[in-house]
Amino acid sequence: MEELTSTSTPKKGPSVPAIPSVERRMFLRALGLTTVSAAAFLTACQNSMNDVAPKYSGARLSADGVSFGEGDFAILNYAYALEQLETAFYMAVIEKKTFAAGSKEEMIFKDIHDHELIHREFFKLAIPADKRIGDLEFDVSSIDFTNRREVLNTARVLEDTGVAAYNGAGPLISKANSIYLTLAGKIVSVEARHASLISSILQPGGGLFAGDYVVDNNGLEKALTVSEVLGRAGRYIKTAINPASLLALESSKS
Amino acid sequence: MNLLGIFSQIEKSDPEIGEKMDYSRRKMLKTTSVAAAATPMFFAAMVNKAFAADGCAGDAIAIVKYALTLEYLERDFYRAGQFKAGLLPAGTRPYVVQIAKHEAQHVDLLEGVLGIKPNAMQPKYNMATLNAALADYPTFLTYAQALEDTGVRAYKGQAACLLEEDTKTSRTVLAVALRIHSVEARHAAAVRYMRDLRVWPSGGQNGTEPDPKIYMNEDQGTQGGANLVDYFNMSENKMKLYSPDMSTRSVYESFDEALTAEQVLAIAGPFFAAPM
Repeated sequence: MEELTSTSTPKKGPSVPAIPSVERRMFLRALGLTTVSAAAFLTACQNSMNDVAPKYSGARLSADGVSFGEGDFAILNYAYALEQLETAFYMAVIEKKTFAAGSKEEMIFKDIHDHELIHREFFKLAIPADKRIGDLEFDVSSIDFTNRREVLNTARVLEDTGVAAYNGAGPLISKANSIYLTLAGKIVSVEARHASLISSILQPGGGLFAGDYVVDNNGLEKALTVSEVLGRAGRYIKTAINPASLLALESSKS
Repeated sequence: MNLLGIFSQIEKSDPEIGEKMDYSRRKMLKTTSVAAAATPMFFAAMVNKAFAADGCAGDAIAIVKYALTLEYLERDFYRAGQFKAGLLPAGTRPYVVQIAKHEAQHVDLLEGVLGIKPNAMQPKYNMATLNAALADYPTFLTYAQALEDTGVRAYKGQAACLLEEDTKTSRTVLAVALRIHSVEARHAAAVRYMRDLRVWPSGGQNGTEPDPKIYMNEDQGTQGGANLVDYFNMSENKMKLYSPDMSTRSVYESFDEALTAEQVLAIAGPFFAAPM
């Protein structure tokens, strides 16, 4: 909850990176791309970000829970689940009238809702019925929908999480189905635009739209593992989940 | 290298900036002569190259070089904009600084991936184009949006290439490219927001466009074989939307489209000096 309740104040430092670029450059150059250490370096980046990932109460996990299925369908179902959650959240924002009817903010949240719903229906159409997870149940009652700032920050965190989930899962797609990666790429940048827009409402003209909390000193956005994503988003998912197949896929590619 | 000229002008207008920029400028001075004397012009090589039908810029290393060329352009565009006296209205600097910082970091990172010296592959610019793009604040934003939205489309177009290559190098580059891609999308939306535009591209919602090729084929109603425009024209689906009358535009907005390497270089071409 720390990220949801705190008013995030990204560092607005000078244009010079915090790590002197000469040091980083020498470090990177010393590694070279073809050496084993390049991968190790990137893994190290990943790990350092994992360390700062906020601690959330996770999803309800159960061996009897909904499984995402095997192979690329697991990735598609994972994305489908996240789009279902986002749609449900934005619907609650509109139905619970967080923003005044006809206000600019309400219009923006309606637009974002419609995008998420289109993403949701796209996955519903794209995944064969016998491979597709059903409609998940959500519980967003922990969110105070009368609190404008809490809703904006929750939306921001959900979008940040969605982008980082896609960034993390994209490389897991099999090369035989690279079209799925292209399609996911078409969606993730729209999610990133949502995150940027919501952040601009929270901090007009400031650096929050691509804040230092979400973009590291190499200019890279976060990529989250399945566990991290379920840890963040899972608190709103009422349906029990069995992520075993997805976790197995993830570990087989790492 | 006329960018150096820009820096000396900047210093006259803001003596502090000289100090701030000292390191970068030294880096640039040192490498410009090297670049001019010895480095083959990668951009020239690229524009003369026959691209594969799949739109890939080549193998993973070629894709990194292609991305780096675009990142140099973005970095140097924002750098010049950031330090041009009187260009940025009060209150807009924090967000321009944030974008500029990321573009510089992307250059550093991709140079590191290639193991090359700072600015070793920096292209030569067409200064007339670059200066015109910095004429005033609205023009600056117009071109910033063009570069960001093109950048998003460029990275998107290479993702499948990297996945299909399936080498150790391509997998490493893919993980990095995806994480740059979403940062560029955040930038694009921020610039569009500053221009008071809808932050998702669609026909008629992109403001002044310096080049119609930037948003070419951006409005797609069918994704992965599913005709979403038709789907959301059916009343039982349309009614699920809060703006049912705008369902077609919402479908277009919900998916950002890719560009091939060739299409991107055709858009970026005017920013670069004519190939030697």
